[in-house]
Amino acid sequence: MNLEAIKSEIEANVPGCRLEIIPNTSPSAQHSLLVDSAHAFTVASFLRDGASVRLDYCSNVTGIDWPLKEISTKTKVKKLVDGVEKDVDEIVKTQTGGYLEAVYHLYSMEQRQGPVILRMRTEDRTDRVHLPSLTPLWRSADFQEREAFDLFGIIFDGHPDLRRLLMWEGFVDHPMRRDYVDPDDYEYEPTAHDEVLKRAKEHQAAEGGL
Amino acid sequence: MDEQLKSELRRQGVVATSLQELYNWGRKSSLWPLNFGLACCAIEMIATTMARYDLARFGAEVFRPSPRQADLMIVAGTVTKKMAPQVVRLYNQMPEPKYVISMGACAISGGPFKQGYNVLKGIDRYIPVDVYIPGCPPRPEALIDAFLMLQKKIDEQYLTGPTRPRHLNADMPSEFIVPEFGEHDLVPTQNRDVWQVPLVNISNAGKNESGSD
Repeated sequence: MNLEAIKSEIEANVPGCRLEIIPNTSPSAQHSLLVDSAHAFTVASFLRDGASVRLDYCSNVTGIDWPLKEISTKTKVKKLVDGVEKDVDEIVKTQTGGYLEAVYHLYSMEQRQGPVILRMRTEDRTDRVHLPSLTPLWRSADFQEREAFDLFGIIFDGHPDLRRLLMWEGFVDHPMRRDYVDPDDYEYEPTAHDEVLKRAKEHQAAEGGL
Repeated sequence: MDEQLKSELRRQGVVATSLQELYNWGRKSSLWPLNFGLACCAIEMIATTMARYDLARFGAEVFRPSPRQADLMIVAGTVTKKMAPQVVRLYNQMPEPKYVISMGACAISGGPFKQGYNVLKGIDRYIPVDVYIPGCPPRPEALIDAFLMLQKKIDEQYLTGPTRPRHLNADMPSEFIVPEFGEHDLVPTQNRDVWQVPLVNISNAGKNESGSD
């Protein structure tokens, strides 16, 4: 069963859900299914219990951070310049990102197929970072959702025990976010290079130089 | 006492020794390590105690599950920032005299995870280390070498005078600061009494990268 068929199956059974196939252009061609977070739990329970799909095993949960990014593309546009038609470069700016993503890899043990890759997006990266937890459906998502909460700051509503997993209670940052800055403990870097060398030099300058 | 006279007497069946020698011999011949491992180095540590490498030959086979009965801490593996307070607390709970072997690249400096967000850049930032073993992980032979080195170090100690070991010097600390979990990092990030920043000149680093040498 390919992803298009699964998508139309879901659309027929879960009214009102918005689905989108995110293509993967790499040779693996593992396309994924983006689900809106409002209907994600219903869609996921259909994927698990629906007679035709029966994805009974969640092997992997991970998070992705997409910071806000401005992409400018150059396009040649014909324009009248001083009465003469000329090719002029026009720069079109588009914004992408600005959200966090949770990715689930689902398999069917019963039908021996998969993976079906499910994605959910938060509304932004600061306050509205809530997504429905799929742990009530797949118990294997428990620790992995806690890890995504810990390292990316995605809050999974409905998770039975949402605590930090790798970092301690009281730690405020989310280390796997792109804009995470690690603490300035670069006082001793005997073989520094590249980024570490830059940080070590900054540290030395802040300490008053060697 | 003269070494020659001592061996001469020993041949005659008379054992002459000093209190210092006896004391050091007793300490070095029954090092009881604390039974814990933090990462893959622990597997090598376990292998060292097994029949093939047989650490028991050096009197160090009694791995104790309680810090109260141990006098050697083998920091075998990556010390995460989340684990560091517990490691220091265990060290504080060990009775004097106590020693530390820092086993492997991670325990020395953080190793391949040095720039990670949750890895301590060396356990020597919080507790005094006696012997460092490099390697990722070090082979059992290297751990045995570290044991022999530690035994030699104990054997050479004077019980009196300014160089006497810490447990015989009332002015020296036997407990060390246990770091606390802060909002971004451990607080404090290092114990300045134990670890000072080694002087490293990095001003020329990265300048030879054009391949001109």
